[in-house]
Amino acid sequence: MHLKYESQLREPLVDGNKTYHQVTEDIVRPIEAKPTKLWYVGFYTAVALLLFGVYSVYREVTYGIGQWNLNKTIGWGWDITNFVWWVGIGHAGTLISAILLLFRQGWRTGVNRAAEAMTIFAVMCAGQFPIFHMGRVWMAFFVLPYPNSRGPLWVNFNSPLLWDVFAISTYFTVSLLFWYSGLIPDFATVRDRAKTKLRKLLYGMAAFGWTGSTKHWQRHESLSLVLAGLSTPLVLSVHTIVSFDFATSVIPGWHTTIFPPYFVAGAIFSGFAMVQTLMLMVRKVFNLQDYITIGHIEAMNKVIVLTGSIVGVAYITELFMGWYSQNKYEAYTFMYSRAYLFSPYGWSYWGMMACNVISPQIFWFRKMRRNLFVTFFMSIIVNIGMWFERFVIIVTSLYRDYLPSSWSVYYSPTIWEIGFYAGTFGLFFTCFFLFAKYFPVIAIAEIKYVLKTTGESYKGDMAKQEDMKVDEFAHEYAH
Amino acid sequence: MAKKKFVVGCFDTEDTLFPAVKKVRMAGYKIHDVYTPFPVHGLDHAMGLRETSLHTAGFIYGITGTTTAVSCISWIFTKDWPLNIGGKPHFALPAWIPICFELTVLFAAVGMVLTFCYLCQLAPFVKKHHFHARATDDLFVMVIETTDKTNVDDLKAFLANSGAVETDVQVAEPGWWLGRYDREQELIRETAVAH
Repeated sequence: MHLKYESQLREPLVDGNKTYHQVTEDIVRPIEAKPTKLWYVGFYTAVALLLFGVYSVYREVTYGIGQWNLNKTIGWGWDITNFVWWVGIGHAGTLISAILLLFRQGWRTGVNRAAEAMTIFAVMCAGQFPIFHMGRVWMAFFVLPYPNSRGPLWVNFNSPLLWDVFAISTYFTVSLLFWYSGLIPDFATVRDRAKTKLRKLLYGMAAFGWTGSTKHWQRHESLSLVLAGLSTPLVLSVHTIVSFDFATSVIPGWHTTIFPPYFVAGAIFSGFAMVQTLMLMVRKVFNLQDYITIGHIEAMNKVIVLTGSIVGVAYITELFMGWYSQNKYEAYTFMYSRAYLFSPYGWSYWGMMACNVISPQIFWFRKMRRNLFVTFFMSIIVNIGMWFERFVIIVTSLYRDYLPSSWSVYYSPTIWEIGFYAGTFGLFFTCFFLFAKYFPVIAIAEIKYVLKTTGESYKGDMAKQEDMKVDEFAHEYAH
Repeated sequence: MAKKKFVVGCFDTEDTLFPAVKKVRMAGYKIHDVYTPFPVHGLDHAMGLRETSLHTAGFIYGITGTTTAVSCISWIFTKDWPLNIGGKPHFALPAWIPICFELTVLFAAVGMVLTFCYLCQLAPFVKKHHFHARATDDLFVMVIETTDKTNVDDLKAFLANSGAVETDVQVAEPGWWLGRYDREQELIRETAVAH
């Protein structure tokens, strides 16, 4: 009956003897149960961090950018580092939900919902940094092109910083729509099982009156496919444009042509690491090991070792170009400010190299890819490394520029700069904890859709089919 | 819309649903709809539904976005307020590609989602008649519209023969109305059963 045939050799994507109803039960259970103690601890910790972040931002808004340790030379510091870091993390969600959908990768179904949620929350966190870096945040709307009473004075459409405004806001909107349109049928599942009035009301609202009509599913499929097709170039464009913020400048270490692919690979690299961190926790806390299997973890580790190596090639290419260009400013930036371990920021470069290029090579070994502890540890290491990467790019290029008299003293963040960063963690995890408790963390309908071709209990039938003679198979199954 | 009388047959697997859809259509009954917990591929063809043109709408929204971006930016930078940026051309098309692309995607995505919601009547506080609560869980619910000539008992037996695990008869409003899911609400305009 199934149009899709899957080989016996592939690992099942859904473990255990599941029926459609069992899938619903397993995934909806955390929503209907009371939150665990662990959830409360996590949630309130996140809220506390968020409040600290709010206070840090309050200081910055009230007293100005001077609350941060930025100076005339190092005009971008932790804030833009964190911005690029968060945006990068967001990219894995879209990669999983859109690009892997187009590539027909069945394993995406187990993790796409949570990964998309991660994208949305990460982009929300990212957006804070450029907005508050403006200083007079109440004038943030000046970045929008609208016929204003100041001339009208338009924004500069030729500026990569404005491209960023469009890219990030489009990315956020499209990711949100993609995510929500996938959630509608699953909210309907929760609604139709709801016992309490409040749950009926809220999930009834959230499900938009979804019935599961065939025609609606047909349109839904078409919508998902086109949104995936749109998101694929979109996600590539977003980090490309973020890299243009640097690449279109004249700062040594920034104006390199490999920035777009190098940034996109790095974004996917760090994003997958964040997905691993979150998924390993989610599958454990909500008992979803049957849906997020070791096979899923391994597949993501393969992406991590691939993108980590691409990033490594990019680092080496940069060093090569620093020498090959015969430009002394380039050479100074790459050979001294970055690659020389005992230069003021040499430690950050080698920290980045160790975390991003050297340590992920451990995933060439199957045993390591399938080891949960190693995976969790590496997922944290990779994200530290990717933070270092952005810090290296921004600070080591800025602190010694063309004019030695304006070379900067050592830059270290103030408590409010760190607080702002911590606050975005608070925001991210507050959102993620709420999501994990009140939303179906795994796409229920999509799991049911792949259950009979990739579920463990159905794989046996396929072995039977594989052994059948052709005419016998045609008689039994083809119609 | 007036209320109508429907015969409902529930199937527990798509393997029995497909032949049943075929048989019911061959027998000349009118399938109102089949409600499934997940998209069942090929079911739309089996039911004789036409392909959706939602993607065409998406394309039109997309080129609307491109046109909007190109025309607005070029008007602003060449007519309304030509800024001299280092003597570079006012009509700097290559530099506008990123924004034009982003607006193309934005218009296409937002337009398609809104169209999707409009076509499927999806919105908060929209309520519809649900023929079976498990249609979003594990049942495939086939709903057949009856006419004056339909012998309901025969049809129920026919469905059960075709593999339905549950059958019943419901009088329901086929359209949508505004309402809340925590309340038993019907369409306010009480209309008589059609027959």
